[in-house]
Amino acid sequence: MLLIPCPHCGPRNQEEFAYERTLDSVVRLNDAPELAIATLYARANPRGQEHEIWSHTCGQWLRLTRDRISHAIHSVEPL
Amino acid sequence: MRDAAGSIPFTFDGKAYAGQPGDTLAAALIANGVRLVARSFKLHRPRGIMGAGVEEPSALVTVGEGARAEPNARATDVFLYPGLVARSQNAWPSLAFDVGAVNSLAAALIPAGFYYKTFFGPPSRWMLYERFIRRAAGLGKPPQAPDPDHYGHRSAFCDVLVVGAGPAGLAAALTAVDAGKRVILIEQDAAPGGSLLRERVTIDGEPGVVWAANVADRIRAGGGRVLLRTTVSGYWDDNFLTAVERRVEPGQPAEGDAQVLWRVRAGEVVLATGTIERPLVFANNDLPGVMMAGAARALALRHGVAPGRRAVIATSHDEAYRTAFALADLGVEIVAILDSRTQASGPLVEAARARFVVHAGARPLRAIRRGIGLAGVDALIDGAKRRLLADCLAMSGGASPVLHLHRQAGGALEYDAARGGFLPGAGRQRHVSIGAAAGEHDLSAILTLARVVDPLGPGSPPAPGPLWHDEAPGKAFVDFQNDVTTLDLALAQREGYVSVEHTKRYTTLGMGTDQGKTGAMVALAQIADLRGVPLPDAGLTTFRPPYTPVTMGAFAGPMKGDHAAPIRRLPLAAAHDALGALWVPAGAWMRPRAYLAPDETVAQASLREARMVRASVGVVDVSSLAKFEIAGPDAVDLVAAVCATPVAKLAIGRGRYTVMLREDGMVMDDGTLWRLAEDRWLITSSTGGAARMARHLTYVADVLLGHPRAAVVDVGEHWAGLALAGPQAAAVLSGLTGAEAPAHMGLGDAVIAGVPVRVLAASYSGERAFEVHVPGHLARAVFDALVGAARGLGGGVYGLDAMDHLRVEKGHVVIGAEADGRVTPADLGLGGVLRKTGGYVGWQALQRPALVGPVGRRHLVGLTSVDHTPIAEGAMLVMREGEPPLGHVTTAAPRVAQDGAIALGLLTDGATRHGQIMLAWSPTRRSTVPVRVGPPLFYDAQGARYRD
Ligand SMILES: [Zn+2]
Repeated sequence: MLLIPCPHCGPRNQEEFAYERTLDSVVRLNDAPELAIATLYARANPRGQEHEIWSHTCGQWLRLTRDRISHAIHSVEPL
Repeated sequence: MRDAAGSIPFTFDGKAYAGQPGDTLAAALIANGVRLVARSFKLHRPRGIMGAGVEEPSALVTVGEGARAEPNARATDVFLYPGLVARSQNAWPSLAFDVGAVNSLAAALIPAGFYYKTFFGPPSRWMLYERFIRRAAGLGKPPQAPDPDHYGHRSAFCDVLVVGAGPAGLAAALTAVDAGKRVILIEQDAAPGGSLLRERVTIDGEPGVVWAANVADRIRAGGGRVLLRTTVSGYWDDNFLTAVERRVEPGQPAEGDAQVLWRVRAGEVVLATGTIERPLVFANNDLPGVMMAGAARALALRHGVAPGRRAVIATSHDEAYRTAFALADLGVEIVAILDSRTQASGPLVEAARARFVVHAGARPLRAIRRGIGLAGVDALIDGAKRRLLADCLAMSGGASPVLHLHRQAGGALEYDAARGGFLPGAGRQRHVSIGAAAGEHDLSAILTLARVVDPLGPGSPPAPGPLWHDEAPGKAFVDFQNDVTTLDLALAQREGYVSVEHTKRYTTLGMGTDQGKTGAMVALAQIADLRGVPLPDAGLTTFRPPYTPVTMGAFAGPMKGDHAAPIRRLPLAAAHDALGALWVPAGAWMRPRAYLAPDETVAQASLREARMVRASVGVVDVSSLAKFEIAGPDAVDLVAAVCATPVAKLAIGRGRYTVMLREDGMVMDDGTLWRLAEDRWLITSSTGGAARMARHLTYVADVLLGHPRAAVVDVGEHWAGLALAGPQAAAVLSGLTGAEAPAHMGLGDAVIAGVPVRVLAASYSGERAFEVHVPGHLARAVFDALVGAARGLGGGVYGLDAMDHLRVEKGHVVIGAEADGRVTPADLGLGGVLRKTGGYVGWQALQRPALVGPVGRRHLVGLTSVDHTPIAEGAMLVMREGEPPLGHVTTAAPRVAQDGAIALGLLTDGATRHGQIMLAWSPTRRSTVPVRVGPPLFYDAQGARYRD
């Protein structure tokens, strides 16, 4: 279980967090349909480091930079 | 030396025995002369005790009775208690006379790859074999009754977690405690000491076991926590480990928790997990009487039990020589020591030569069976085959460090050719391996600060091999638990299952409770030889948690029964109880399903309640619906992003139906949107989607809109909601409020029974209706007033089923039933309510070609039973029985306004099929009903009844 440092609450167990998606899969409200559909269905799935969106039960949304091989968390920023 | 008579009574297969305090079940059985303990998994071969701890592959037994029975307990990992009841597994009718073994059908039918080939063959073959396999092969049977025991969960932190209380682990834990660290020391055995429990060394002048107990006491005295009988089952991310503590033995009734699942976050982890001895591979190496040399030594030195009368020691290294001394001191005749090395020297070997017959360059070829046990061994001695008579064969093919936790943590492995095995390499998390687990074998080197005296002198490292031989007729086992032999591994190679991961799945190598503890290295050695590659190139299978089996109850812990999930009760639960509500779970909530009159069925009550609403007026509790208030200067932007319907032009004091989409364009939720003030909105949405909607709202606000000036408040628990519906609803409401009821889709404040309430005029039933929102703690008086007034006009309360009947007649969808995550608004006939300008979540995806194309989508349709027979929910919609379905029934209901049965369904191109007759076919419910497809609207098509 990951230990995720919430900027609000400090290091907390992963079970208090919910994974949302990778940052590159965020569909912006004003994106053109072609871009939005590509964002949804034609994404890269790179090996290694990824930017991810998570939420903490305190209500804070987070941007994690995380290695998907080693699970190491490089940075956590509030969104 | 051990007393002849034991003081602890127990039974095995119904026969009474007695053992000594501190005995394992295995030790007590051998002390009582019981050698046949189990039948093997696939081949039903007779098996005895092979190991000394959790790694025991063969002696699996069921311990305990009735609901407390624990299958697949390792006899070596169960400590005796008075009244212990153990049974053998996998044998019928009895252990000694097992049909599965006698007719040898099992052996003929289940070669390696049998399951594989059967699963990939035609289904008929699997059907044919299934019954046979289920009876013939298998481990123990789980108990059928609910588990009577309690299981606890504990969380803990520490600076240093030490796994294993052998000499290395004890020394490390004591050092950490002395340095002021918070320390947890975990040991799976019932006593500290590890290898010291089976050796005869003195440390600082004390016997090793006494030294170990004293160190454990000093760790406790220094503030450390010592958990005995506790096994670390998994090493997860960020130094998070789980461990299972046995507070009682298998099958033993507990005062409190039978087991505790520990969840530990550790600063540093020290893995002092020791080694597991490797078997030698020769024909019939699984006979009762053949055991690991270390296990034989543990029986002798720890329990004072002799594993036989005449013993042969077969080894590839020095350590097993100690077993000869230990057994001889108990009076066991040592027939010979067979050492596979052509040259062996050193103090230990010399001491053995002085006392025993030692053959160099010698090894067992084949164990000889008499009855169900070992009678002797054919051995290769001085280049010739010789038969040695013995009832115990203590073997050792070296020792493998226990690397499971190191690997689970992501640590690397290094192959050490000199030691003939894998050693822990660099750790990925904050962990180190020490002692024998790190390849250190010399006790003096482990305990540098202590004075170690070994009366037999040091031996060379136990690290030749791993060895396998396949040179005599008979089955030579590499994986005893799964009945995998050298022939099976060779077959797998011949048939192309070359990689070790493929071999594992093809032969079942390393599965079950064993997980490769005993057999992995010898199997790898053979696979490498067959492939002609060095051992490290043969690869390793993944070390998956748990290290030893964990009972499901430990995972569940206290979260069972009513504690499995929180139950949410309505603020008016007591009032509904007083009215005789029949409760039904709806998500986490308990909601009134119907209010049954005497002698009424649920169906009758629901239909009566629904007709009451159509005829006069009814009150239903809708408190569980999700409710969110959104307020602030930018609130309209947030609402417009979430709701797919027009928003900005909604007048203050008005509401409208709305639908929320996922970003793939599918319907996520629906409800009503109300404008309470210029910058203040109320959204209601489905009960089951409340948590998802709460998250979605903050995602849209924080991530998509970048923190707009709008606050989202979940007011679902603040407001109780009471819906009032029927032709008399307006009369009931104005009678209680003394004011005119709001117009349809209007809202207003009012006072009922002295309580201020908010009234929203929205209809779900198709009748004129209102939702009364009142703070939960004030709801009772309002509820009583509404119900009393409704009764005065021939109405009353109604439940969830009646509400469902009413909405089906009106074609209103339910999230989860009709809106099942695969439908767009257009599929539900709601395309017209969408905002034309887009800008809401999901608008882009609705432009996907597959969604704008004219054909192939499943549409919401209404289904009318042609002959009034009830339609089965979930039934397939087909033209003829047996054809592939074109759709399915989502909700079925009786007609309320007249006799008959109707349903809603999703049907491919359903909008173009109105008027067709189809079959609602449910083979599982044995129901086939002809239905007429039509629009999803059965009542008041003009919508005259719900408007004011
Ligand atoms: Zn937080």
